[in-house]
Amino acid sequence: MTYLYNTPDDQAAMLKSIGVESIEELFATIPSDLRLKRDLDLPPMMGELELTQHISALAAKNASPATHACFLGGGSYDHFVPAVVDALASRGEFYTSYTPYQPEVSQGNLQAMFEYQTLICDLTGMDLSNASLYDGGSALAEAVIMALNTGKRGEKVVVLGTVHPEYRQILQTYFTHLGIEIIEIPCVDGVADLAKVEETVNSDTNCVVVQSPNFFGGIEDVAAIAEIAHKNDAVVIQSFDPISLGLLKRPGDLGADIAVAEGHSLGSPMQYGGPYLGIMACNEQFVRRLPGRIVGQTEDRRGKRCWVLTLQTREQHIRREKATSNICTNQGLFALRASIYMALLGPGGMKQAATLCTQKAHYAQTKLSEVERLEPVFSSNPFFKEFVLRDTQGNVEGLLAEAREAGFLGGIPLGQFFPEMDDCFLVCVTEKRTKSEIDALARTFSLIHSGGSTIHA
Amino acid sequence: MSTDNLLFAKTHEWVKVEESDGAKIATVGISAHAIEALNDLVYLELPEVGKEVTAGESFGEIESVKAVSDIYAPVSGEVVEANTALPDNLDSLHQDAYDNGWIAKIKISDDSALASLMDKAGYEKMCAEEG
Amino acid sequence: MRNQQATQLLSELSRPGRTAVSWPACDVPEQPLEDLIPSNFLASEALKLPELTEGEVVRHYTNLSTKNMSVDTHYYPLGSCTMKYNPKRNERLASMPGIVDLHPYQDESTLQGMLQLLFELQGIFSEISGLPACSLQPAAGAHGELAALMVAAKYFKSIGEDRKVVLAPDSSHGTNPASAQMAGFKAVSIKSDPNGGVDMEDFRKKLTDDIAVLMITNPSTLGLFEKNIREIADAVHEKGGLIYLDGANMNAILGIARPGDFGADMMHYNPHKTFSGPHGGGGPGAGPICVTEALEPFLPSPVVTKNGDTYKLEFDRPQSIGRVRSFFGNVGVLVRAYCYILSHGPVGLRQVSENAVLNANYLLSKVKHFLPVPRGERCMHEFVASASKLKQERGITAMDIGKRLLDYGFHAPTVYFPLTIPEAIMVEPTETESKETLDAFVETLFKITEEDAALLHDAPHTTPISRPNEVQAARSPCLRADFCST
Repeated sequence: MTYLYNTPDDQAAMLKSIGVESIEELFATIPSDLRLKRDLDLPPMMGELELTQHISALAAKNASPATHACFLGGGSYDHFVPAVVDALASRGEFYTSYTPYQPEVSQGNLQAMFEYQTLICDLTGMDLSNASLYDGGSALAEAVIMALNTGKRGEKVVVLGTVHPEYRQILQTYFTHLGIEIIEIPCVDGVADLAKVEETVNSDTNCVVVQSPNFFGGIEDVAAIAEIAHKNDAVVIQSFDPISLGLLKRPGDLGADIAVAEGHSLGSPMQYGGPYLGIMACNEQFVRRLPGRIVGQTEDRRGKRCWVLTLQTREQHIRREKATSNICTNQGLFALRASIYMALLGPGGMKQAATLCTQKAHYAQTKLSEVERLEPVFSSNPFFKEFVLRDTQGNVEGLLAEAREAGFLGGIPLGQFFPEMDDCFLVCVTEKRTKSEIDALARTFSLIHSGGSTIHA
Repeated sequence: MSTDNLLFAKTHEWVKVEESDGAKIATVGISAHAIEALNDLVYLELPEVGKEVTAGESFGEIESVKAVSDIYAPVSGEVVEANTALPDNLDSLHQDAYDNGWIAKIKISDDSALASLMDKAGYEKMCAEEG
Repeated sequence: MRNQQATQLLSELSRPGRTAVSWPACDVPEQPLEDLIPSNFLASEALKLPELTEGEVVRHYTNLSTKNMSVDTHYYPLGSCTMKYNPKRNERLASMPGIVDLHPYQDESTLQGMLQLLFELQGIFSEISGLPACSLQPAAGAHGELAALMVAAKYFKSIGEDRKVVLAPDSSHGTNPASAQMAGFKAVSIKSDPNGGVDMEDFRKKLTDDIAVLMITNPSTLGLFEKNIREIADAVHEKGGLIYLDGANMNAILGIARPGDFGADMMHYNPHKTFSGPHGGGGPGAGPICVTEALEPFLPSPVVTKNGDTYKLEFDRPQSIGRVRSFFGNVGVLVRAYCYILSHGPVGLRQVSENAVLNANYLLSKVKHFLPVPRGERCMHEFVASASKLKQERGITAMDIGKRLLDYGFHAPTVYFPLTIPEAIMVEPTETESKETLDAFVETLFKITEEDAALLHDAPHTTPISRPNEVQAARSPCLRADFCST
């Protein structure tokens, strides 16, 4: 087989050293009635060429931003990834290395993670960052766990209805069976109604979960929400979009106590939803409650600056059932990619990227709203790079299907998340989308007639 | 402090019981033997003043780099004082686990647990057996 | 030779005015930002990120990479971690357009190739495990444990039973009790017997009527197949409980024995171990889970189904626990696992395990002569030696040996795990190492046991740094470049 080393001669020599006749004897400790007495029923072996042809054929059955202009967002974004990110992150010394439990031979990874923590603190305006979690959604759940386990406060979790619907589902999965009450504040206007927040948050509240920019793209008044929460001693958890912080105030500036994000936008591809990068940053009070790995600076025996995994007593391999989380793996490679991305862009590049998103998204909103059958929804709310449109003919699926035929991934139908919005869809515009693509999408939508006939008809 | 009159728990806490204003106060710390075993201490989580604790239950934690140990309340009662200077002076525990090394004072509400504690000789015997 | 300047911190290398990107000019009519977004939402100053040229970033990270050991450069006999070779073809295949750039909310009609791959992978994982239903959603092994325990909780609720106890051997991975706790169960530990198996007496004592799940790693973390697995599974099932198999050690039994056949009701895989996903310096992984038919309705949503020739994401699963993460799963890792499995086929996969077990037993047969292996003459894919005797006689610890190996260009084995063996040195060679490498490793290990204790206490001597002061790091945490509390 391709990756095996042992020749028949090697095997014979090794068996002799062990003192057995055959490899089969080595499995004698498995009771024979528990053995599989046939070959696994799997596809036959493929060499590299066949496998490449097979995967290429599968890939060819998919549409992607390589074939279609992508206006999809909703937590996963088609942002540009500079070549340097791929070139550096694909060095085997990074991507085939293990978790840096041996600091003497892992300073590259450890320094990179320490720098990641520093960059995330700079980006968010928070005191501390861990070395990453799985993804934005589970990072939010971990943030709620951290809030529930810290200090003396209420036990109810208040979540705004504009938080990503999948993230809210994750909170339901993690917490409702534990008897923790999750109160969702409906947001019919596309952003939080502060009066409703004021009315809902009280001394029973443990934490308030807000996303800004929110699922509909709208920018929430996080500072005002934080003020209400803090009056009631509740923790403020903000889920944010890292690219937006090139322009928008940072979670730390707005009063967030814990900031979490889906970080794949910082230099990692969409790859159908994962692996991604769970960003988690927080205020100093949570230092011994943070889940996941943390890197700290120290000195070696010769007084040389170096880095190690630290505060490990929080973690499952030491504290077992009393650990702050069961998390073991992090997303080291994607934290590395995010660091390289931020190092390349710097403050100016981050601001430009965010500005391009926002200018183009606003242009697109105006342009697409001019299409006769479309109208903007929540149009008075300020937004970053996403916005909602309504198909006045109520046929979102048909409209988007025809746009696909014309080469566009035109938006995300919202009925799947909000049944009352089944005539609406969410459009995202990143810096990658050009004016001509936006104009062409508008033209395409205009040309699509009602009743399902196509532009090709 | 002479350690001769201290009582010791199996979980390596020491206790000194004194009367004050008619109440029985237990001063609690961790034995020098346990401090040595934990080696390099990095963090001590003190119990909160005002907290009601139950004998045999964890009411604080002490950590070295790669281990964490619960500190168990040897008696039941209310925590009336915690040694807030101690977390910043963990190294001092290696020299002095008893006088300035106390962790908390508990106003005893139920002293029945005292009966299960060992005297110094009994504790030393236990440590020797544990190796 | 080492470039010290380039490995300064980014913030130290930064100079105002440098940049590595030039974005295109805005091609839509620009409007004043304040007209688009109210100024109270806009940042008042620029981010404090470093300012560097592209060349500096490349040199910085390239030099950092040279301070790492990795599978591409070194042998990692790291017990419990299955550090096997990571095939380059998998990287290229997983990075193809049409695979790497798919958006999770694309319409299913534009995803048929991807959904086919994922559907087939569900089936492959089921076949290898002997458990018919599969969810690819969990993001890592521990996440799979958590998801599966939530599945168990929901299952028990559906049949009106309130079960609270999750049992796990004291030699299990720390994630087992931590996951049990997070899923709302009470974690209870069972003792290991002197041979590293489950202590049957303690097991029977702790097997109460409110048992929900027994979590077991088989082969165990000591590299031994649990000889009482059938009896254990029967006893748990008789009480109405479920068996969870921690699949961390699947590399020993691919095509040889299937968890579903030896009594498991649920399990997770670590595709980044068994199926060669690169570890990435600590992630990403993935944690797909397989379960019995009875537990299938409770799996996370969605799963991929096939109807005629069409693949579909099935969300209509009313009994599902819901979601444990956003989007479908760690697809990039799953694609690599799929490629790895297809590169082997059924016979090749069995050969993987045969050679992993052969390599481990070969090492064991050599190592036992100078480092005692307390639990048994034979092993599966890994074994645990002990430096206990060396420590008593000469003050040399497992840590000393591990650190000294670094000087000789070998990654250290896993040390001090499992906790049940004093001065544990856990060695897992994997199948992707040559006899020459194994021989060189044994020779070095032997040489180290003969070396001067003082030399070992100070090891490593030749690595980029010597042993770091971990006490200082934990006592006064300095967790970012510009913010160190004292």
